[in-house]
Amino acid sequence: MSRRLLLTLTLLLAAPLSLLYALSHGSLAISPAELWQAIRGTDTSLAQSVILELRLPRAASAFAVGGLLALAGALLQVLLRNPLADPYVLGISGGASVAVLLSMLAGLSTVWLRGNAFFGALLSMVLVFGLSRTGSAWTQSRLLLTGVVVAAGWGAIISLILAVAPGAQVQGMLFWLLGDLSYATKPALALALLGIGLLISLWFARPLNLLARGETVAAALGENPARLRFVVYILSSLLTAVAVTLAGSVGFIGLIVPHILRLAGGSDHRFLLPNCVLFGGSFLVVADTLARSWIAPMTLPVGVLTALLGVPVFLYLLARAR
Amino acid sequence: MPLLQTKALSLHVASRVLCANLNVEFRAGENWVILGANGSGKTTLLHTLAGLRTPAAGHVELEGQPIHSLSHRARARRFGILLQDSETAFPATVLETILTGRHPHLNPWQWESSEDQALAEKALISVGLSGMAARPLSTLSGGERRRVEIATLLTQDAPLCLMDEPTNHLDLRHQTEILELLSARAQRPAHANIFVLHDVNLATRFGTHVILLFGDGAHRHGPMQDVVRHETLEKLYQCRLREVRDHEGVWYLPR
Repeated sequence: MSRRLLLTLTLLLAAPLSLLYALSHGSLAISPAELWQAIRGTDTSLAQSVILELRLPRAASAFAVGGLLALAGALLQVLLRNPLADPYVLGISGGASVAVLLSMLAGLSTVWLRGNAFFGALLSMVLVFGLSRTGSAWTQSRLLLTGVVVAAGWGAIISLILAVAPGAQVQGMLFWLLGDLSYATKPALALALLGIGLLISLWFARPLNLLARGETVAAALGENPARLRFVVYILSSLLTAVAVTLAGSVGFIGLIVPHILRLAGGSDHRFLLPNCVLFGGSFLVVADTLARSWIAPMTLPVGVLTALLGVPVFLYLLARAR
Repeated sequence: MPLLQTKALSLHVASRVLCANLNVEFRAGENWVILGANGSGKTTLLHTLAGLRTPAAGHVELEGQPIHSLSHRARARRFGILLQDSETAFPATVLETILTGRHPHLNPWQWESSEDQALAEKALISVGLSGMAARPLSTLSGGERRRVEIATLLTQDAPLCLMDEPTNHLDLRHQTEILELLSARAQRPAHANIFVLHDVNLATRFGTHVILLFGDGAHRHGPMQDVVRHETLEKLYQCRLREVRDHEGVWYLPR
């Protein structure tokens, strides 16, 4: 109990620290004193506009996206009872990516890209769920196989678009595919949805503990497995769709954050889910700050940074865990 | 009124009839055992009794109500199920697992109370695993894990227990100790048990009533001593058996 609580408290502390780090680092270095003045509003210099108009919305978006992806990843791993599952395994991001890349080819504006990304994600969600229900019994492996195959289909279309797209557009497309927060300037809705998503998933936290031991166990201990899996599927898909709409397919967070937290604090979803939101959010805030400040003024795709940071951390924890 | 009863129940698996027109009443104080060869439908029957499967015909009633008209939660407060096998995809400790038995008694935002903890620890002691509460499940042997599942069932504290091969993975001592513990629960008011077992000798020792499934739709049921006979068992398992008698009882051994 005390160790699990300690982990949650540490993560609660890490979240504001990651935001402070993001606000003070970048191509324009800002001292703690300047940062404090800017937050209090007593400074109206360039520093303040950089912090409040550029860095804060971007850092808040990064937190929302990281939290959404880690939460969705934890939910999908237990739904599929597969530790290899991540938010993109069932083709949600593939559907969004195809929609976005087609929109870029057609030269549509950012607002259209957003709308189409969400639409593409929803289309993929409905498609996979519909296809996995046809035939006789619904099983986890059937959903997983359907999702993986649909995702592979989207992947083929993405490669096709990249192959035929004009050279000038390909770099923008690659950034979107790898995940990029440069255009994420309005985080309020995503943050609100993250909060709502966390509340709903906490309502199902104890049932998820049962589902982790199998659908029959969940049914035997008083849960309706069909309802539970429907809720978890829709919820995790919507969380992923929101994240992908905001920042493209930022990789790795949804796969690795739940595992790191299980290794550190156990599998009880009443702790695991809020921890995922806190750690996933803070992790992406730090990764995104590094992405835009490491070789500033050039910006790296944040998805590359999440993998570069996440792989060694995860391997270290895995080697240490017995 | 019986705790549980089947009305004209028929079970099919892949167009094969496992059991046709079964009418059984399970009453308080009784320890029922389901016996049959591999693939004769014991688990299918147990899952149908628990409402986890829809029968081909007929229905199951829990205290007079059709089982499918009750919510999963209402069912889980009245009967517990011990599944034949378990799987663990994610790490969990012994105590975490046993506490899931309290799930049907808790509201969504409610946490396990100190009474729930006490129940879990009592169950842990009664299956002989005291001191192992904090151990990860993955470090336990098959028999120890089986006893964790049994402790979870005890923590669920349901009046009716449906158990699929509870003695799986257990050594000789724990087979009898666990069956003694479980069958004694039927002595409590309005409690009863239904076991699926493979060992005829454990069945005759701990069971009061029996259902024999012959695998072709035929079945026989009733009090243990009326139904279990040498020639009936030979027909049930399709093999020759030796009957050994002494002043304590009768044992059946394969020839």
